[in-house]
Amino acid sequence: MHLFLASATLPDTITFAIAAAICIVGSLGVVVSTHPVHSALMLVMTLFGVAVLFVEENAQFLAAVQVIVYAGAIVVLFLFVIMLLGVDRAESIAADPLRGQRLTALLLGLLVLAEVVLLGRGRWPTGAHSTAGALNQGTKPNVNVLGTSIFTTFLLPFEITSALLVIAIVGAVVLARRPRRPVGGASSPIPSAKGLTGPPEAEGDDTDRGPLQMGVEDLEDSDGLEAGRPGVPATHGQEGSKS
Amino acid sequence: MTVSAAWYLTLAAAMFSIGAIGLLVRRNVLVMFMCVELMLNAANLTFVTFARELNDVGGQAVVFFVLVVAAAEVVVGLGIIVAIYRRRLGATADDIHVLKG
Repeated sequence: MHLFLASATLPDTITFAIAAAICIVGSLGVVVSTHPVHSALMLVMTLFGVAVLFVEENAQFLAAVQVIVYAGAIVVLFLFVIMLLGVDRAESIAADPLRGQRLTALLLGLLVLAEVVLLGRGRWPTGAHSTAGALNQGTKPNVNVLGTSIFTTFLLPFEITSALLVIAIVGAVVLARRPRRPVGGASSPIPSAKGLTGPPEAEGDDTDRGPLQMGVEDLEDSDGLEAGRPGVPATHGQEGSKS
Repeated sequence: MTVSAAWYLTLAAAMFSIGAIGLLVRRNVLVMFMCVELMLNAANLTFVTFARELNDVGGQAVVFFVLVVAAAEVVVGLGIIVAIYRRRLGATADDIHVLKG
């Protein structure tokens, strides 16, 4: 209990109270909002509250990054996906599809809360010191201290982070690619299976055309661009029927 | 001197629990993702609190890396969600419980 009774000035206490209330209300809003867009906006509110708490704890750089990266990029990405998928309609959360699920979830959540609060109010400092360095170094600002630490002590994780970002970008591009148009030709079995159904239609079309065009068509078939085959014979067939 | 660390830890615990309950209760995949972000933020708040309390810059450096990993996770996760929604029109986690294409 001695932890709760530390001296705090009145403005700091008021700031913490307001930011904590914003965080709690925003978190509850994320969970209970029936509309996904409302959930995303409540998430923005929570992130701003956490940024205020970061400033209050002398983590100015992290507060700025929190606002820029989380509220500026991640939530915007969420909103993009919500709008893109067209799921921006209210969801009925009145029904409980699994019987007893909410009660069990609530009990488990309260259990987690009680456990973490008990752990948080215990005596956690073990006296061990890490090698990362002190946070308060005289009059050096927080950005200098954190930047020095990241580019010296945590240099290898920082470099690995860049590789992680590249992997994430490549993974997102691969996942968001339309599966009908694979770039590498017969990279997956499904387009090649579709390509097997293509040639009979193409042969049926080619009877209307001359032998020279047939030769060009076969040359085009022979190289690795069979990915577009399901669409190509249909267009040729329409042209052939018109002519 | 701001309020003591125990208040921050209690607040972070409350946020983490709310996020966990939301992850268990909600069925919209996007809202479940937002609840994961809530839990990550609660953990970040705990890290910053311990960094201040133990006068150690390592806590804040870890929060920096958690932010980067969270950004990468959101990018890949939303890509997966877009790929799932493109295949079928299910809007909830119950529609994709079979985990096969």
